[in-house]
Amino acid sequence: MAMITFRINRYNPDDERRGHYAQEYQLDVQKGTTLLDALNEIKWKQDGTLTFRRSCRSGICGSCAMTINGVNNLACETQVLGLGGSTITVEPMRGYPVIKDLVVSLDPLVRGILAVKPYMITHSPPPSDQERLQSPEEREKIDGLYECILCGSCTSSCPSFWADKEYIGPHAFLKAYRFVADSRDEGSAEHMEALDDRHGLWRCHTIFNCVEACPKDLNPTKAISELKKELVRRKLG
Amino acid sequence: MTNFDPETIHDVEGVPIHSVHRHDVVIVGAGLAGMRAAYEASSEFDVAVLSKVFPTRSHSGAAQGGIAASLANEEEDHWEWHMFDTVKGGDYLGDQDIIETLVKEAPIVVREFEHMGCPFSRTPEGRIAQRKFGGHTKDFGKGGPVLRACYAVDRTGHALLHTLYEQCIKNEVRFYPEFYALSLIVRDGVCRGLVAWDIINGGVHVFHAKTVMFGTGGYGKAFKITSNALANTGDGLSLVLRAGLPLEDMEFVQFHPTGLYKQGILVSEAVRGEGGYLLNKDGERFMERYAPEKMELAPRDLVARSIQTEINEGRGCGENGDYVHADLRHLGEEKIMKLLPQIHELAWKFLHVDCIREPIPIQPTAHYSMGGIPVDIDCQVLADGKEKPVKGFYAAGECSCVSVHGGNRLGTNSLLEASLFGRRAGKSIVRYLRESREFPELPADAAKDALAEVERILGASGTETVGAIREELQEKMMLECGIFRDAETLEKLAGELRELEKRFDKIGIDDRSEKFNYDLLEAIELGHMLDFSELIVAGALRREESRGAHSRTDHPDRDDKKWLKHTLAWKRDGRIEFDYKPVTITRFQPKERKY
Ligand SMILES: Cc1cc2nc3c(=O)[nH]c(=O)nc-3n(C[C@H](O)[C@H](O)[C@H](O)COP(=O)(O)OP(=O)(O)OC[C@H]3O[C@@H](n4cnc5c(N)ncnc54)[C@H](O)[C@@H]3O)c2cc1C
Ligand code: SF4
Ligand code: FES
Repeated sequence: MAMITFRINRYNPDDERRGHYAQEYQLDVQKGTTLLDALNEIKWKQDGTLTFRRSCRSGICGSCAMTINGVNNLACETQVLGLGGSTITVEPMRGYPVIKDLVVSLDPLVRGILAVKPYMITHSPPPSDQERLQSPEEREKIDGLYECILCGSCTSSCPSFWADKEYIGPHAFLKAYRFVADSRDEGSAEHMEALDDRHGLWRCHTIFNCVEACPKDLNPTKAISELKKELVRRKLG
Repeated sequence: MTNFDPETIHDVEGVPIHSVHRHDVVIVGAGLAGMRAAYEASSEFDVAVLSKVFPTRSHSGAAQGGIAASLANEEEDHWEWHMFDTVKGGDYLGDQDIIETLVKEAPIVVREFEHMGCPFSRTPEGRIAQRKFGGHTKDFGKGGPVLRACYAVDRTGHALLHTLYEQCIKNEVRFYPEFYALSLIVRDGVCRGLVAWDIINGGVHVFHAKTVMFGTGGYGKAFKITSNALANTGDGLSLVLRAGLPLEDMEFVQFHPTGLYKQGILVSEAVRGEGGYLLNKDGERFMERYAPEKMELAPRDLVARSIQTEINEGRGCGENGDYVHADLRHLGEEKIMKLLPQIHELAWKFLHVDCIREPIPIQPTAHYSMGGIPVDIDCQVLADGKEKPVKGFYAAGECSCVSVHGGNRLGTNSLLEASLFGRRAGKSIVRYLRESREFPELPADAAKDALAEVERILGASGTETVGAIREELQEKMMLECGIFRDAETLEKLAGELRELEKRFDKIGIDDRSEKFNYDLLEAIELGHMLDFSELIVAGALRREESRGAHSRTDHPDRDDKKWLKHTLAWKRDGRIEFDYKPVTITRFQPKERKY
């Protein structure tokens, strides 16, 4: 057990004048308590107005991404005592418009996804009562790509996104490459159409923030460099 | 896409005209059931999907282990075998005509997912890979476990859910993410749409529709230890009750044997399927006592009861003796990291246990709701629970009870059910809409109840708190209506629930704003949980037998003479009324269920 201070960055849309402000809450925390458990405890027992997204509690839905001691992570996968220190700062993810307290708008995330035609494109019809074949080696090529939970941590941590709100974003590049790398997909050109643009791939300066921010250990930067190679190959070819 | 025609838009009292929307199809729920239906119907009609969480955050995404289909990619398998296992697993309460449809169409549904781009794991020949799962066997139970669960590593639900979201984007389904359904508009046996709350901006909206479909998921959150998401509060069930319609077999709640200690988070059945052991405090593989042949691979209700018995009889581990161990160590690091990476991650992140070196503390966790909204094979909701459809109203997935799972669901059968009946719902909606071109009339007072509910709660300033009442509800349901039940405790619980309802009338909330107000939503959700929990308890009290997941210590045997039937329950003027309907039996006569 340890008394921890949670310093939470708050914002109430009905009180524009007050703007963003920090509020502190104290809570006795045990081994095993996640940050999401702690936030729920505060909301349910101390202050019902504290607002954050959550659902699965198990790191798979992507709802609870927030900035914890300056780093983006999932609250439900963060052990409070594992953070060390007696004060923990919690803020909404940077770069997205804040709706209320820790809740940010998902619109930029969705816009990026839509830009890459995020669905498998095929021209040849599938076999009628069978699956398409894909060898385990081919299938392995999309490991590290399809597991994205759309939490938004990566894009929020990206300086290119801070500078350009129309930037498609690493989460969407990862999605695009998930299809480009899939042996079954026949629409690479379509997925990549929007990427050869000033809001697209070329704005990535390989800063690697997205890789560090991803709670699922995915590597959007690698996807970006593969996509860049692919674009160049297409231009030359 | 909205066919907005000012001429025919009716004024709805209390709702601004720009908050009245019209769609051919309005679906509540963006899990596998809702999005599979949306995908199907959007090939021809204008489809809207509302979800209280962003679509890919629906709880289907948390499913790990697999989706069942007798593809026979890895070894011999037949739909007849799958059918037998499902019937027997459900303790003969499932309707066999419908189960036959489930198992016959399963391969089609799974292959369609592959065609949509779902990243299934593969066999060396490049086919969809399949694994073992509890209760799925060869040769009508005579031949040992069969490789039937199609999987994508241990993220099957995530892979399926994201694939469907992608396909819905492709089909230009209109999403209303973070909209919360408040009430149904059903008048004179016709469903006319629904009323919803815009979570982000605040405000009541009316969705005027030719057809409404519910894929609102399960109700695990009524229990203290649960594998379910915080959003799984069973809203759809109580919305149906409040519209004067019945619910079916609500007393059947599945407890999964392997939840992470205290958190309830699921350790997938793959942990047993891939060869993990269950050990008590003496290090004994106690399943030997309860299912000597199938051991850890026995169906989950049996395994959950075995674990609970070990705990109740003092053989549990730890200071309080309230858990047992799932031991994977003998599988070795390579196998664990290759086949069960997500389980390794879960145990580490949530309990700080490294399952390569230590056993994982586990306890049974409320997992799946077999009961729900009664529907026919075409997913039409039944007003009398038997054969009379509510015009234009459909349901599929965990919120529904078409009854394929009977008294107990087999693992990997529910991703299948949600997708397969979502697809069927989509198809029957299309058939219906081809015939019915007109929108049903929208009553002017359509939003009355919803507006009143929101107003009441936003203004609630009593002394009771939502958090405290909910905690009590969850604890009581877990202890008194959990794995083992008896008449005395259930009667006591029924009284306690009535007390909680009274306290609920005296709640106060902190957040009175309209924008992103989860304080408000959690209060509304608690109202739903109190409503349907009463039916679970009343149904459990009435059913004086033990069948599947429903286990009465005072009536330990199955009683086919009296209880081979489905429970139907209504709530009328605060009182619960019951009716029953027979189980459809075709190929397999009820037998004693032994593993
Ligand atoms: C941890 C876990 C693991 C599982 N693993 C497996 C497995 O391996 N194999 C298997 O077959 N099954 C598994 N299951 C069961 C299976 O995942 C579910 O039964 C199935 O996914 C349910 O799908 P659904 O579409 O019915 O509901 P869900 O996916 O739960 O979706 C419900 C939807 O309804 C929406 N909703 C609810 N109420 C409202 C409201 N009032 N307003 C607006 N929207 C609302 C939600 O936002 C959500 O979009 C697992 C379940 C859990 C909890
Ligand atoms: S790539 Fe990682 S950080 Fe980015 S959205 Fe996906 S899961 Fe989140
Ligand atoms: S609550 Fe789902 S990822 Fe944290």
